[in-house]
Amino acid sequence: MAKIIGGLTTSHIPAVGNAIENNLQQEPYWKRFFDGYEPAKEWLKEANPDMIVVVYNDHGLNFFLDKMPTFALGCADIYHNADEGWGLKPQAPFPGDAQFSWHVAESLIEQEFDICTCQEMLVDHGFVNPIRALYGTLEEWPIKTLPVAVNVVQHPVPTAARCLKLGRALGKAIESYPEDMRVVIFGTGGLSHQLQGERAGLINVDFDIECMEKIATEPEWFTQFSNAEIMRKAGTEGIETIMWMVMRGALQDDAKIIHKHYHAPISNTGAGVLVLEN
Amino acid sequence: MVWNKHDYDDIPGTYVFDGETAHASYNINKMLFTFNTEDCRDEFEADPAAYCDKFGVEGDFKECVIQKDFLRMLRLGCNIYFMAKMAIPRGTSVQDCGAAMQGITTEEFQAKLLENRIGLEEKLDKVGGYWNG
Repeated sequence: MAKIIGGLTTSHIPAVGNAIENNLQQEPYWKRFFDGYEPAKEWLKEANPDMIVVVYNDHGLNFFLDKMPTFALGCADIYHNADEGWGLKPQAPFPGDAQFSWHVAESLIEQEFDICTCQEMLVDHGFVNPIRALYGTLEEWPIKTLPVAVNVVQHPVPTAARCLKLGRALGKAIESYPEDMRVVIFGTGGLSHQLQGERAGLINVDFDIECMEKIATEPEWFTQFSNAEIMRKAGTEGIETIMWMVMRGALQDDAKIIHKHYHAPISNTGAGVLVLEN
Repeated sequence: MVWNKHDYDDIPGTYVFDGETAHASYNINKMLFTFNTEDCRDEFEADPAAYCDKFGVEGDFKECVIQKDFLRMLRLGCNIYFMAKMAIPRGTSVQDCGAAMQGITTEEFQAKLLENRIGLEEKLDKVGGYWNG
């Protein structure tokens, strides 16, 4: 049977990909941010997953506003990256596992999560940078991947409570797959940031740390907030933190904290790495 | 015929990209989305006005596209991620736009961001359990 070994959270911002591309990890600006990934990388090596489920949002590469699924699932054997319109070097394609994906789709829909299935899905920095932050830049990826896209771009976006429930359903879906498979879930994005408006540049360190503490130990706490409240505290793009709830929901309630790392600012954001083990 | 009001409408200095905004800026965002493809970027470069016409981008929207006035594009309701597909290759970063929105330089904007770094280790030590370099 498939087994969820654990989950981790990570920022997915473009600047992280640029820093990796330009080998800036040990530059003063970046050093503390990237050094704090080392324990997460060691844990991941030990966990030795076959499959990484990446909960992320598309930023206008795969989904346009004409059809905007609230939740979407990759159901392909391969996922391609692209230059996103701003000249990024596309990363090597990421292997998927269509059979696993369709099992997850069937189980989620059975559990009343009517997710959009995608047989073609371009993956952007939201998906790619977390994998690169943990694995580096490779020509062949040592893991299979399952993209789970959450709309956080065009409101209305799902509530934190709904994301937690999706995570719980996702956990059941994964662990009912009959094949032996070691699975790790990445919850990406966040923490606080706001890219636009006169309030651009907002980072709320205290709220970020509180979120990390509570999401690790008591994720229901985060569901008390409406999306308006989250944006008021953590900025418009800080709403991405709801994607951490999907990861958290898929893990056991008593998942063990392996590693906590927080840094601010990275580009415009507060960046949190949580590693949790089932 | 009325747009819903939202709890987030009164967050200062904040424009939430919702149905109302997305509806008004649909054509320009649709045009910007095509910049994911190189052929479309080339076609735009060759004749920006004609490319706007092709997507029904008109009036103020068309004017700011042709003038490469990214800040005004945002103020008119362009989505920041779609706008970035035009601005970043032309040397305007999202931070440049954020700074301009506040009437400060990008360096000042970055300095404000760096203020979040002050006392971070102490704060994390106090909470406990964090990797701290």
